[in-house]
Amino acid sequence: MHRVLDARAFLAVIAAVLLIAPLMGCGGSSATVGPDEADDDDAHEVAPEPRVVQPGAPGEASRTIDPTRLGSRPAMAYTEAEVRFMQDMMHHHAQAVEMGALVEGRTTNEDIRLVAHRIAVSQEDEMALMRRWLEDRGEHVPDIHPTLAPDDDPHAHHAHHGHETVAAPSAHADMPGMLTPEQMQQLTDASGDEFDRLFLEFMIMHHEGALVMVEHLFSTEGAAQQSDTFSFASHVDSDQRIEILRMRRMLHEMNQPANH
Amino acid sequence: MHPDRTMWNRFICATGAFLAFLLLVTPTAFAQEAEGAHPRSDDPRVGLSAGYLDAAETAWGMDLVSTTPRPQGFYDPENIGDLGLGNSDLAFQGNYVIAGNFSGFNIYDISDPENPRLRLSVVCPGGQGDVSIYENLLFMSVEEARGRIDCGFQGTEGPVDPERFRGIRVFDLSDIDNPTQVAAVQTCRGSHTHTVVPDPADNRAVYVYNSGASFVRMNEEMEGCSRVGPDEDPNTSLFRIEVIRVHLDAPHEAAIVSEPRVFADEETGNIAGLWAGGRHGEGTQRTAVTNHCHDITAFPEIGLAAGACSGNGILLDISDPVNPVRIHEVVDPNFAYWHSATFSNDGSKVVFTDEWGGGTAPRCRATDPENWGANALYHLENGRLEFAGYYKLPAPQEATENCVAHNGSLVPVPGRDIMVQAWYQGGISVFDFTDPSSPVEIAYFDRGPLSDEQLYIGGYWSAYWYNGRIYGTEIARGFDVMRLTPSEHLTENEIAAAELVRMQESNLQHQQRIEWPAHPAVARAYLDQLERDGALGSARLQALRGQLDTFETARGASAVQALRTASRELIQQADQEATNGRHVESRRLRGLADTLAALASRTSAISPSSPTSTTARPPSSTPSCGRAAPSATTRRSPSA
Repeated sequence: MHRVLDARAFLAVIAAVLLIAPLMGCGGSSATVGPDEADDDDAHEVAPEPRVVQPGAPGEASRTIDPTRLGSRPAMAYTEAEVRFMQDMMHHHAQAVEMGALVEGRTTNEDIRLVAHRIAVSQEDEMALMRRWLEDRGEHVPDIHPTLAPDDDPHAHHAHHGHETVAAPSAHADMPGMLTPEQMQQLTDASGDEFDRLFLEFMIMHHEGALVMVEHLFSTEGAAQQSDTFSFASHVDSDQRIEILRMRRMLHEMNQPANH
Repeated sequence: MHPDRTMWNRFICATGAFLAFLLLVTPTAFAQEAEGAHPRSDDPRVGLSAGYLDAAETAWGMDLVSTTPRPQGFYDPENIGDLGLGNSDLAFQGNYVIAGNFSGFNIYDISDPENPRLRLSVVCPGGQGDVSIYENLLFMSVEEARGRIDCGFQGTEGPVDPERFRGIRVFDLSDIDNPTQVAAVQTCRGSHTHTVVPDPADNRAVYVYNSGASFVRMNEEMEGCSRVGPDEDPNTSLFRIEVIRVHLDAPHEAAIVSEPRVFADEETGNIAGLWAGGRHGEGTQRTAVTNHCHDITAFPEIGLAAGACSGNGILLDISDPVNPVRIHEVVDPNFAYWHSATFSNDGSKVVFTDEWGGGTAPRCRATDPENWGANALYHLENGRLEFAGYYKLPAPQEATENCVAHNGSLVPVPGRDIMVQAWYQGGISVFDFTDPSSPVEIAYFDRGPLSDEQLYIGGYWSAYWYNGRIYGTEIARGFDVMRLTPSEHLTENEIAAAELVRMQESNLQHQQRIEWPAHPAVARAYLDQLERDGALGSARLQALRGQLDTFETARGASAVQALRTASRELIQQADQEATNGRHVESRRLRGLADTLAALASRTSAISPSSPTSTTARPPSSTPSCGRAAPSATTRRSPSA
């Protein structure tokens, strides 16, 4: 008899806990509340089931959802526009790096060298990121062609990362802000103050083209839904705006009288 | 602009040019060097082995006391670097921490900070998920194209989608286990970060400064949004911040009340006032440049806010919060992206951060210049910012570790300016900037990279001090709690004094003045500093410490009188030090004198375990029912 009573009492406690537990959780539908192991210091050994709530639009009630559904949340498909953006931007960045390489031997202006260095570091990194993004998705990683064939310029050293091909005439001059081979030649042939001015003007033009590419991406159907793409394109945008600002100031100062 | 930096700049330029030469001559050598061990440094942070939850870790002057991986639904085992599920910023209230995430937020109960418990997860995607809490309301920034009004995770479609949400969400947390969305204020550029500014005229109302950093949405999706420059449209959505007013009694009426043109030139009225220049040369065109703030930190008690606004650092007078007025701005040749700001507690300094590379790039490699992607420390006097120095994480990181200056907070040690700061995969660094021209690291915690093969986005987004502990959001690895430990740079008394400071609520972009209670630990912290300074001789130190001991144990009339006498003498000495130009020592002496005088005048008993609240507002109600959900927290035993 004692055993029966004990078992009944035990069941009653269990039932009470089951009934009260959701109330203790302070309301809401709580069908998925997990086992209460609050007093178990070794709880980390058991994967817990925390309550997961999804609010509705303002004025609507929140609802409890099954967290296991979230683990397999629908992968937001990337779009052709994003692939093209990454591929095109690799070419675009490569030209900026190519322009930056021209600084060596053509100017001693420290501000220009500083800007060129920063652009080179930033865009090299971003090219690596874009390459990885494309590779991870099994998309084509473009071959990078210098704007000018290497023989044209003994100073230039181009950014090649294992996808080198024979130099070919630029097929990407139609991207916004890209220097034509003639403009690149003009920059290559310049030095001193003339180089500084041309470098800034061309790089501002080049950066502004990148902004157009970002804007185009953001206004394309379904693009930039994933945080990494969104974040990357946003950073390209803000980085280049700031560099444009910096270069415009430098150009502005160059255009001032010497006593400025 | 900074005459004292000319030589330093030359050095940096020369170094930069040399590095540029190396980089450009052999692009691949650059990567190889960065990927290998860094022979130039014997810092223990160099060469830590990689891993997701099993990376090697090292600490100095602080301990990791617990680490709680991201909960189910907030990580993808197939892609640990998925930023779309990454942790972001933190907000604090009572015993709760709200940890923002690109897909929602998690609420942790930190009643026992060594063993935080996940209380609730809330799913509501949209990035970045920066959060602030004010009374029962939680504000959340949403900027991405996938954000939906209904918190759905299916994303949106096309450039115009009526279901899209980009802006500030307002949740009611009155029932902490069942938060509801009560308002969703749409903005043209979404919300990258935001700042809570209490309404000085109505303690039931609060302003939210919105910093939208992303693209301007289509006019067809939200009427009035305009993405063109000011020369084409004077009502452009660029070049402004938004001020949202929220009343606690009617949060559903939250709405934009002003759109201040904080970049305007006060003379010409040009709303794009923060750059000089015009059209330059053939083929160039005018493009909007510095046209947004990334983050604004308000310090209402001094009437100011510091804006980190892409290409500039700006200072705003916020005495009228609806109409902030820019009073000063600075540029810095080494800064790429003005990211965030933190005032010193006395408002005499500002720490600006430079998020060069946006936080997803490795910018702490041995090859990266020490002053790029760093903090710039400024003196602030009479509403003017004046450059003093840089601080960058002193340990080089791997090429697979995204690393740059990021979010941090003050550590409330009286008599010193100390900040704890997140550096993404560079870990956490605690530094003293009492002298902003020569900041010094005093503690750190770091893990090895997530991977030594490729860069996964991870590391600390935010690291903030709150009520005695340091809380960190690791983008990929979860939620960490740390505490400071005594070292040659920080004494037990200084830590004890910091732990006395209690906040009922803390949002780091809304800075609150720290005040220390009259407590012997505070006096002892000052004494330790004055000993370190050599400002007090050993006999004097011994006498003062003895007087404090006597006061605490005996508390007789003579002990009280001894403190009063000591206080008067210390004030005299403080004045002398000030005339000798030793201002730091002078302030510490005065802080000690004030503390001793306050102790002497106290009639009530001192209870070391009854810390004082520093906030004026009464504690908001917290649910008394409810249970702590078990979590996968790993508890760390204290180090020896």
